Amino acid sequence: MSYLGAIGAAQREAMDADDRVIIIGEDVEANVYGTTGAGKARAAEGDFLQRYGKNRIRNTPISEEVIVGAAAGAAMTGLRPIVDLSYSSFTYLAMDQFVNQIAKNRFMFGGQASIPVVFRSAMFYGLNTGAHHSDRPYPMYMNVPGLKIITPASPSDAKGLLRSAVDCDDPVLIFEACPLWPMKEEVEEEEYWIPLGVGRILREGSDITIVAISGAVPEAVAAADELAKEGISAEVFDPRTLVPMDVEGIMKSVTKTGRLVVADPAHQTCSAAAEISALVAEHAWGSLKAPIKRVTTPDTQIPFSPALEKHLYPNRLTIAAAARSILQVSQPV
Amino acid sequence: MSSQLDKDFLLEAQRRMVRIRLFDERASKMVKRGQIPGTVHTSIGQEAQVVGACMALGDQDYMTGNHRSHGHPIGKGSPLSPLMAELVGKATGVCKGRGGSLHLADFSVGSLGESGIVGSSIPIATGAALSSKVLNNGKVSLAFFGDGAANQGNLYESMNLAGVWKLPVIFLCENNLYALSTPAHTVTSGVIASRAAGFDIPGIRVEDGQDFLNVFNVVKTAVDRARRGEGPSLIEVVTYRFNEHSEGLRLGVDYRDQDEKAQWLAKDPIVLFREYLIKEGIANASELDALYTAVEVEVEEAFEFSQSSPFPDASDPYLNLYTEPFEVYA
Repeated sequence: MSYLGAIGAAQREAMDADDRVIIIGEDVEANVYGTTGAGKARAAEGDFLQRYGKNRIRNTPISEEVIVGAAAGAAMTGLRPIVDLSYSSFTYLAMDQFVNQIAKNRFMFGGQASIPVVFRSAMFYGLNTGAHHSDRPYPMYMNVPGLKIITPASPSDAKGLLRSAVDCDDPVLIFEACPLWPMKEEVEEEEYWIPLGVGRILREGSDITIVAISGAVPEAVAAADELAKEGISAEVFDPRTLVPMDVEGIMKSVTKTGRLVVADPAHQTCSAAAEISALVAEHAWGSLKAPIKRVTTPDTQIPFSPALEKHLYPNRLTIAAAARSILQVSQPV
Repeated sequence: MSSQLDKDFLLEAQRRMVRIRLFDERASKMVKRGQIPGTVHTSIGQEAQVVGACMALGDQDYMTGNHRSHGHPIGKGSPLSPLMAELVGKATGVCKGRGGSLHLADFSVGSLGESGIVGSSIPIATGAALSSKVLNNGKVSLAFFGDGAANQGNLYESMNLAGVWKLPVIFLCENNLYALSTPAHTVTSGVIASRAAGFDIPGIRVEDGQDFLNVFNVVKTAVDRARRGEGPSLIEVVTYRFNEHSEGLRLGVDYRDQDEKAQWLAKDPIVLFREYLIKEGIANASELDALYTAVEVEVEEAFEFSQSSPFPDASDPYLNLYTEPFEVYA
């Protein structure tokens, strides 16, 4: 099953399980993005529309502020909306609703409101869509208490995490990395839920920990495979959810290996990698045998030209190089 | 007068208007005495507009508000003591001391929250109406916002969405003629109510928002329409705030014309409605005096409650941040 297929499957299961779940967003009725139908991508009538009807599958105008705010208002009064915001950079148009309403209302009103709503958006980076479509903005939202942030990096994680997000009584933002869309793997047909705040070890290792986020996860795994050939045993850890974050899982791994590389496709400053590095420096200083290294995207905007863009994000070569430099192992000739 | 408006209903309207007046007068005094921290915006002068709109809604209907925030929950029927305790920041406050004057909410009466960000709660009310539509539960939502918020883009996104989905929501603009010091007409092109035409929804301007029945009748018509599934309405009610933008604000410049002020102060909604009730033989002066005195007692009790209640326990800064909380790594 593909990454998008897994998201579609999770949405179908959630819609079947609970009548309060609705899907709203731009172009969801026609299944333009392939997550509101099954095997009928871009059909004039996606089969979610046929199956659940126009009351629960709703095309919205291109009005992010009210889409996001209305989903919150609906969530505060009995629905459990899934909002498809398509591109992650479109979330900025609704920043007031995310930051001032959704993140604050429950706290500010003394617990009178629960806001069970899911906001899906896709990070179209690495696809030559230029600066307006290539953002990886999850760290900005990590800085807003009251939101939960998840970054599934495989089809099976996408399905299980999305189910948990829909069932969660808090607002959850899911950032889906488009470079992962073609990824295929066996995904359980049965319903299952992956709890928020529990990371996953993808490769066990003893020399160095690579914590990888979102689209950097398969790159980190490939880097670990390369490093293994050189006799370096790298552990790859995917936190899967950034808020809440499986800090204990990260600490356990770093305490074992004593070395840390964090691979994160976000811009370096105040990235998820920055937060993870700070947590490890604060809480596992005694275990560290070498300085921490971040492999991130430089603090510049994303250029259009393929000749310029492809080098910017963490990849297997840059992740492996960072690991080697920490281990002071020179690159094999 | 509509036959459904019996004496009890009309007296309740006056009671709620007097509650807002006396609650806010007391709050104003408390600010001056340092008994309320932070900032307070009173609804004094706007009581008919607030209560007229609130009482056109049913008890189960939803409402959102803005920074001029005490009148809305009081108008919707919220008890005074937890509201007053909230202004003081007490544990017994309606928001457990986490909200304060700008962010009152009382879900038990359908008050989904006031907002310190101008216009920000309009999409929330729109979403509550979406919920009513999908769940088919017959509830109507109303978003209060001012003339200042009428120039926020989210209002037009909300009116468009509500129009196209025929959502049961009333957009109620409280036009008190000034956004802080800025005269509305200097920053607002055209008539606010006329903007509804662009969305093919009713837009009604209530020129005299100091008259309870005027406001009530117009809003009730819109609420009934919404409940029948015929969609949203925009209502602009012209009114006036008698106090400064916020209590304790000293601008050193009077941006409001003295004659204008005097004309509006002469149109006190509580005095006008009292005169109406007496003239129509609905209530006599002593009944209305007794009502006033009873509210004075309520406000005094609310004040006492706010003073005698404990402050919240500061040991858990994360309380109610999430419905499903998680351990913070430390």
